[in-house]
Amino acid sequence: MSRFSPYDNNGGSCVAIAGADYCVIASDTRMSTGYNILTRDHSKIYKLADKCILASSGFQADMKALQKLLAARHLIYQHQHNKQMSCPAMGQLLSNTLYYKRFFPYYTFNVLGGLDNEGKGCVYTYDAVGSYERVGYSAQGSGSVLIMPFLDNQLKSPSPLLLPAQVQP
Amino acid sequence: MSSSSIVEAPPKGGFSFDLCKRNEMLSGKGVKHPNYRKTGTTIVGLIFQDGVILGADTRATSGPIVCDKNCEKIHFMAPNIYCCGAGTAADTESVTDMVSSQLQLHRYHTGRESRVITALTLLKKHLFNYQGHISAALVLGGVDCTGPHLHTIYPHGSTDTLPFATMGSGSLAAMAVFESKYKEGLNKEEGIKLVTEAICSGIFNDLGSGSNVDVCVITKGEKEYMRNHLKPNPRTYVSARAYTFPKKIEVLSTKITPLKELAQVVEAGDAMEE
Repeated sequence: MSRFSPYDNNGGSCVAIAGADYCVIASDTRMSTGYNILTRDHSKIYKLADKCILASSGFQADMKALQKLLAARHLIYQHQHNKQMSCPAMGQLLSNTLYYKRFFPYYTFNVLGGLDNEGKGCVYTYDAVGSYERVGYSAQGSGSVLIMPFLDNQLKSPSPLLLPAQVQP
Repeated sequence: MSSSSIVEAPPKGGFSFDLCKRNEMLSGKGVKHPNYRKTGTTIVGLIFQDGVILGADTRATSGPIVCDKNCEKIHFMAPNIYCCGAGTAADTESVTDMVSSQLQLHRYHTGRESRVITALTLLKKHLFNYQGHISAALVLGGVDCTGPHLHTIYPHGSTDTLPFATMGSGSLAAMAVFESKYKEGLNKEEGIKLVTEAICSGIFNDLGSGSNVDVCVITKGEKEYMRNHLKPNPRTYVSARAYTFPKKIEVLSTKITPLKELAQVVEAGDAMEE
């Protein structure tokens, strides 16, 4: 008798890349369970604020719940502060929301993209329990293992191991 | 004085189940065992007017990653017999190779063309012997002196003889096509079209199958192996600029170790006298 599992993996990948004054966010639109396709046309991207977009892969039910929660919190923020939430602020909120459920996590692998307070592109990458970091680019989801090496190669500068030449004795 | 040395018997071949307990203990502690390379797969076969048509997709997966986008799943058994394989790639590959050589030796021994039921019996006996530990699910098809034959073989060693068959993770998608459109006495063109349609159904609706369609048509005295008969998944977005790579590859240090001493032979002394 296999135990009931509250989680399922609906697959898919998300990518975000930050530029000087822009941010690009992308995801695939396939939703699957095991080897079966549920739909070919389901977006994993959700707009939380004017300058802040969330892309999540993993368990879509948890993703939907997370989007609802963050949207509600954003609305409250707008009422209290009379302005939209900035991307770094939303980044912190998402981290706290995820860690709140540390012992029954949201099975979502998130990438938050947008513009920061100075108008520069920013990308925040998360794990399932809220550990986050601001990075220049990131990929999450089942394809991340294939996408990240490609981005590392094309976007990162050549070897950080470049040492200055040895001084001749 | 008796010698108390224990001579270690050489391994007799076959599987060694020594590490099973250890593996069980590790998985109890949450250690995930490494993925096998599986052919997620859709494989099909059908009998038509003049013989047998086999079809297969070309995707091989290792967990969620596609490790081969264009592998060959239709294996040669005899000039008049081919076999499609689903399951663990190593298992399907080695079991079909092994039975193929056995069939060749049998042909030399008997002086006759191989029969499909011979291949069937050799395969099922081998698989049953290993009690399902060899994870190979096969669709065996061929034409011999007794006519066209199509069989499915399951990892535990049971077999079925059918007019049309599908195996693999995409078997339900492919069977749906066969069950609606198959009829007896199809001609070659219709047969190939139906097989291709069934494989495409697996390719597009099953995530364990993908890439291209391989087809093999076997008739009396003749076979046609159509590798990549259909390529419905071409690479569409190729960058016109071509991908750039970091210009400089910095050499930090160099160390060359010669593996063999180059011996210089110096001609010394007098030449041999005749």
